Amino acid sequence: MFAYTARRILIMVPTLLAISLIIFVIIQMPPGDYLETYITELQSQGEAVDPEKIEALRRQYGLDRPLYEQYFVWVLGLLQGDMGYSFEHQLPVNEVVGDRLWLSFLVAFSTILFTYAVSFPIGIYSAIRQYSFGDYAFSLLGFLGLATPNFLLALVLLYLANVYFGTSIGGLMDEAFIDQPWSWAKLLSVLEHLWVPVVVIGTSGTAGMIRRLRANLLDELQRQYVMTGRAKGLPPGRLLFKYPLRMALNPFIADIGSLLPQVVSGAAIVSIVLNLPTTGPMLIEALRSQDMYLAGSFLMFLALLTVVGVFLSDLLLAVLDPRIRLEGGATK
Amino acid sequence: MNDRAKAGSPVEHYVNPAPFDPHRVERMTPEMERYYMAPQWRLVWWKFRRHRLAVASGLVLLVMYVSILVTEVLAPYNLHSRNMGFIYAPPQSLHLFHEGRFVGPFVYGFDSRLNMETLKREYLPNPQRIQRVRFFCQGDEYRFWGFFTGRFHLICAAEGGTLFLLGTDRLGRDMLSRILYGARISLTVGLFGISISFLLGIMIGGLAGYYGGWVDNLIQRFIEVVRSFPEIPLWLALSAILPVTWSPLLVYFGITIILGLLDWPGLARAVRSKLLALREEDFTTAAQLMGASPGRIIARHLLPSFASHLIASATLSIPSMILGETALSFLGLGLRPPITSWGVLLNEAQNINVVAIYPWLMLPVLPVILVVLAFNFLGDGLRDAADPYK
Repeated sequence: MFAYTARRILIMVPTLLAISLIIFVIIQMPPGDYLETYITELQSQGEAVDPEKIEALRRQYGLDRPLYEQYFVWVLGLLQGDMGYSFEHQLPVNEVVGDRLWLSFLVAFSTILFTYAVSFPIGIYSAIRQYSFGDYAFSLLGFLGLATPNFLLALVLLYLANVYFGTSIGGLMDEAFIDQPWSWAKLLSVLEHLWVPVVVIGTSGTAGMIRRLRANLLDELQRQYVMTGRAKGLPPGRLLFKYPLRMALNPFIADIGSLLPQVVSGAAIVSIVLNLPTTGPMLIEALRSQDMYLAGSFLMFLALLTVVGVFLSDLLLAVLDPRIRLEGGATK
Repeated sequence: MNDRAKAGSPVEHYVNPAPFDPHRVERMTPEMERYYMAPQWRLVWWKFRRHRLAVASGLVLLVMYVSILVTEVLAPYNLHSRNMGFIYAPPQSLHLFHEGRFVGPFVYGFDSRLNMETLKREYLPNPQRIQRVRFFCQGDEYRFWGFFTGRFHLICAAEGGTLFLLGTDRLGRDMLSRILYGARISLTVGLFGISISFLLGIMIGGLAGYYGGWVDNLIQRFIEVVRSFPEIPLWLALSAILPVTWSPLLVYFGITIILGLLDWPGLARAVRSKLLALREEDFTTAAQLMGASPGRIIARHLLPSFASHLIASATLSIPSMILGETALSFLGLGLRPPITSWGVLLNEAQNINVVAIYPWLMLPVLPVILVVLAFNFLGDGLRDAADPYK
């Protein structure tokens, strides 16, 4: 187990390095840098541009150094928890970001929990009552859930809440709590608002999960050991939970790998529509204004969230399944 | 008792003089022969045909794709024609009977007035103004695919009347026409994107599967890196790279390339694992022993045996591209007007206060869902049919 964990960590490090390199290249790609945007903005307002001041700024932000040095400064900063400097807000990224990273994490984590909590019972039900009315109803709902893009679902929910209840379901807390220090009441308010984005983001993942669990369990239920168990008189509940369900659960955990990127990327766009105080709205703003360190740090955080999540799911899988632990490497 | 029952006595040797036919017991009727000797693609088709939902979805998609060839004729209005007198007009419903008398398809004309309190334009259908819909008629001028001008439409408004079956937007443009024109962009984005990802997937997956070893390892690691990116934020970042100075057409191609760039890992993995598995099959060894070159083995023996799987999985990944384009354009980072896709149309519905008053601005959601559903059903059917021997 220790060797397996160590190997997984060793694989994770180069992966993260490669990701950081790709992100750095992407945020460097737009022609010009933030200072050039800044200069044209000043000029269009008719203000004089002091070349010395620009030079000083350029030096201060390290924009005059070669690219690879900028990259190393950024990565080393990230390792120490310093995410660079936001040009637009004139503040360190850490301060601009504030609670957003944690709220993003909270939304993604709750969505995963929601996905499991909903798809587990429905998946089992659909498999043991195959072709029943309930199975068909859930399948239909699942297909609709898969096909409806989550940001459109958010829009439709916003519209319905606006028309029928006259309220806005956007945001992640009551307005009174915005910019307030964290308190018990604020946390409760967040939890109260959390369900809308969680349901919206979780729909498609849940639908996919139900289908997979149903298919896996159906495969297992046809095996001969199930028939043997039934023939020797095991009670149906015990027969289901003791063997086939445990076999069918394996992909359930392994799927975190594909579920997490989906959830994180869904959360980014849904939070823009629902105006949540998470990373999404700020990321898009930063991308528009070429605030490269802010955008880069957000992208890095989102990628980190998925990589670490997949790592944890692999560990969990290794704990549950000795085949993976002993042979090494997830068999996906 | 007959002779044979007597123990020990020799039995007379008997030979049937009739010519021997080894297939006598299981002689194939022509129908059976047609079935057993059918080539693979026909088996796939037979199996696919049984999947009713998939066939229906395929037909729906076919109709939609054919419609984008002749959008100009189908749409009652031009994409850009503005009706300044009818800004945010609600959908007009089509009637057949007026006061119990059959008139044929017609709409009631609008009386518009400005509500001075809310400053909202209000449109009331006026039962006195019957505007009969014209068919095969001369209407708005258009340039057919940008090549030659025409005025012929399948359906248009009465002379001097209006025909806004799905309402109008903030510039008084007909929503129905805009949705029809939007299909041209939204539906092709997926096709171009999938061709790029197909090309990348087959090449990279083929390299990994054919060479194996460290090439395979490197590519596997790279695929893991690409897959751990959350798609939409990366799409956002990539489309922010596209220079603002690019023409809308260039932006369109840029977006399709971006969509294709992130989609290939799934295909590459499928190609790789299939190649690795098929390399060990008996028919591959047979071909090798007969002296076939590697290129011939891959092209003639390996590729055809998993091409159907590839097509099925490609069909299943088109919807995610259509959704991706819709999401990007919806956020204003994807396509830009005058290029009109469903996402660009939905961009106008971003403000919930506007949508609450003019709900028909959200209508482009419906074709998006329809197309995605249809592609999913079609892909499911194709995937089931892809292996007809099961």
